[in-house]
Amino acid sequence: MRTNDSIIQTKQVNFFYGTFKALIDVTMDFEKNKVTALIGPSGCGKSTLLRLLNRMNDLIDGTRVEGEVIFEGTNIYDTGIDPVDIRRRIGMVFQKPNPFPKTIFDNITYGPKLNGVRSKDAQETLVQQSLEQASLWEEVKDILNRSAMTLSGGQQQRLCIARALAMRPDVLLMDEPTSALDPISTAKIEELIAELKRNYTIIIVTHNMQQAARVSDYTGFFYLGKLIEFNPTEKLFTKPDEKQTEEYITGRFG
Amino acid sequence: MRWRYFKQHAFFAIVRLAAFSIAAAIGAFLVYILVNGIGAISWEFLSEHPRESMTKGGIMPAILGTFYLTAGAIIIALPLGVASAIYLSEYAKQGPVIRIIRVGVNCLAGVPSIVFGLFGLGLFVVFLQFGSCILSGALTLGFLILPTIIGASEEALKSVPQTFREASLGLGVSKWQTILRIVLPNALPGILTGSILGIGRAAGETAPIMFTAAAFFTAKLPSSIFDEVMALPYHVYVLATAGTYIEETRPLQYGTVLVLVALVLGVDLIAIIIRSYIRKKKRW
Amino acid sequence: MKRKIKETIIKNIFLFIALVSIVILALIVIFLFIEGIPVFKVVSIKDFIFGIEWYPTYDPPSFGIWSLIVGSFIVTLCASVIAIPLGVLSAVYIAEIAPPLIKEVFKPVVELLAGLPSVVLGFFGMAVMAPWLQATFDIPTGLNIVNASMLLALMAVPTIASISEDALYSVPQEFKEASYALGATRFETIARVIVPAALSGISTAVILGMARAIGETMVVLMVAGGAAAIPESIFDSVRPMPASIAAEMGEAPFRSDHYHALFATGIILFGLTLSFNLIADYVSHKFKEVGSATL
Repeated sequence: MRTNDSIIQTKQVNFFYGTFKALIDVTMDFEKNKVTALIGPSGCGKSTLLRLLNRMNDLIDGTRVEGEVIFEGTNIYDTGIDPVDIRRRIGMVFQKPNPFPKTIFDNITYGPKLNGVRSKDAQETLVQQSLEQASLWEEVKDILNRSAMTLSGGQQQRLCIARALAMRPDVLLMDEPTSALDPISTAKIEELIAELKRNYTIIIVTHNMQQAARVSDYTGFFYLGKLIEFNPTEKLFTKPDEKQTEEYITGRFG
Repeated sequence: MRWRYFKQHAFFAIVRLAAFSIAAAIGAFLVYILVNGIGAISWEFLSEHPRESMTKGGIMPAILGTFYLTAGAIIIALPLGVASAIYLSEYAKQGPVIRIIRVGVNCLAGVPSIVFGLFGLGLFVVFLQFGSCILSGALTLGFLILPTIIGASEEALKSVPQTFREASLGLGVSKWQTILRIVLPNALPGILTGSILGIGRAAGETAPIMFTAAAFFTAKLPSSIFDEVMALPYHVYVLATAGTYIEETRPLQYGTVLVLVALVLGVDLIAIIIRSYIRKKKRW
Repeated sequence: MKRKIKETIIKNIFLFIALVSIVILALIVIFLFIEGIPVFKVVSIKDFIFGIEWYPTYDPPSFGIWSLIVGSFIVTLCASVIAIPLGVLSAVYIAEIAPPLIKEVFKPVVELLAGLPSVVLGFFGMAVMAPWLQATFDIPTGLNIVNASMLLALMAVPTIASISEDALYSVPQEFKEASYALGATRFETIARVIVPAALSGISTAVILGMARAIGETMVVLMVAGGAAAIPESIFDSVRPMPASIAAEMGEAPFRSDHYHALFATGIILFGLTLSFNLIADYVSHKFKEVGSATL
């Protein structure tokens, strides 16, 4: 299912934690301006794959990657590629909201400042834009100088999304972004994902199959480190090609 | 049932007794020092040189000497200790080598101060021929508190949540910038607490400076780091053990002890206050 | 690419500084040995350790530190007898029994005790305790094992109390709840559940407290009395190793046999405290209680 519009491709990727093989021969195409969901039971490798796409796994000692991850024509695991550059273009939102213990304003401008956005005007514009994109502006516009730690969990997570958006990335990786949130905050983030897909490519890991079905265009199902099935979401949830997928989505295991 | 509660009451009584006897011992000790020492304290005592074979006059050179030695020790130990801790906890691959280094550093923190004194004598005074002077003493004290500062700094760095590092790196910020702007600022209060406790320790130690820096008496204030100095802890030791006027100089001894205790406990208290402040403020 | 080079340089600067620190700390051991080993040209290791005659300035001198080693162990053991119950019970009090307000005050007080300069305690022992002991027990000198042990105990208590308290505190709440739910009293819960679960931490605390006592210099230098002989009663004077080093190093000519003998005594002292610390490290890792289960 190769399309012309793909932005990231993985080619025969294997991933090891020490001697444990966490991903086996994963080949996938992520389409531009679409939402791709990765689902599967815990420990199936879906989060590992996500963190591989912006080299966050580099931070864990004793890991090893085989195969290629192509982002806009280059393999991001080539020697000479700086993971820092990759992470600027491919942003990430984590499972638990993790704002810095700084003000809301400083949380958003933290990354851009280190990339040379110095003028106060530019920063203010950026903060407003990013917070608007993350549908948080109305709630926090009067308290930008308050510590981000005073926000609710759902607000903190949207702040983290705004913080990632402020870097103007091409791709946004989301690692179970709603698993620590209440249903109302979850609904808000899901709406937000639908909005954001106009400008960004989104890859989301979720353990919640309804969420995958609601927000994504494509879904990949992982089991024991293998990509079992990768199809348009509607097809995967209605007439899956694989028996294992069907068993999982109908709740027979996992 | 009654027997079970009797055992409980008896046990609690013993436990309370143990705890309060310690508190009482410390309290009585401090009060005793204060009552006996306060009479000797005057502006002259703090600002003058000793006179008449140290039976009269003040302890200003000893206060100044302790200040020099302590300042020198922290200037040496703080950058070395913090930078080493950053390497060990942020950069180094965690494996058996790092584990051995950690155990080693930890063990050195428990090595007696007299052993550090011997080391200072062997390396700085004799081998490098600095002689007994401020430099030798400050280096010895600096290395004495180095393991403590490495340990405290590592502890502080580890207490910064991993999610902060991931968030910063995930934004495409480099490792050094992440350490500088996210990890260090959040670890700073902990590092500060450890360092201040180190200062308190360095200021109160006697054994490491006995052969490396401290002088019985100096007529003049030190003019360079290659001069010997008087120091408060050593002054207490000398007044209490050497010389023929031990009984006559008791008031001076109590006064010096009071100054030393106030200085060291004051420094420790600052560290304790900072720490309780961070613990209350911490949100993650 | 420029940033990558910069990052590598910064990393290597930190590596370099870390190596400097480690080398310096290794130097401590090296210099101790360089200056201590030469004494074994004039006395065998066995005679040095087990010889009971310490006459370093006689002609011919004799360098046997057995009485110094015995002195060190006696004051440490006597101090432990006082400090272990006091320290552990205080930890139990702070961790399990004290009301929050008292706890808030108590912990810093114990910490301040840890920060008291040892020379101050030594001074107190000389000026206050010694005359009192001498008068009360009608003994020739108040500078003896009892006096030194009491002060050393005071120095070991904070170490024992604070590490034991950490260990007690980290016993999972679930253990306590399980015990209470079975109808145990607080005492039974403490004695049967909490203390056993924290035992490795408490052992570590005790070992480190003893290491602190055996290496402490100023107290034994000032109040142990300084007699280099095997004591016969707890009111006798002794000359523990640190006291001997501190008292004699000032007079020992550089690089003389006496000087080397004092460094060799330092090696023994270092070896002892190092083994205490290694045992403590081993105990605290080996027997670490695995926390409560997670789902």
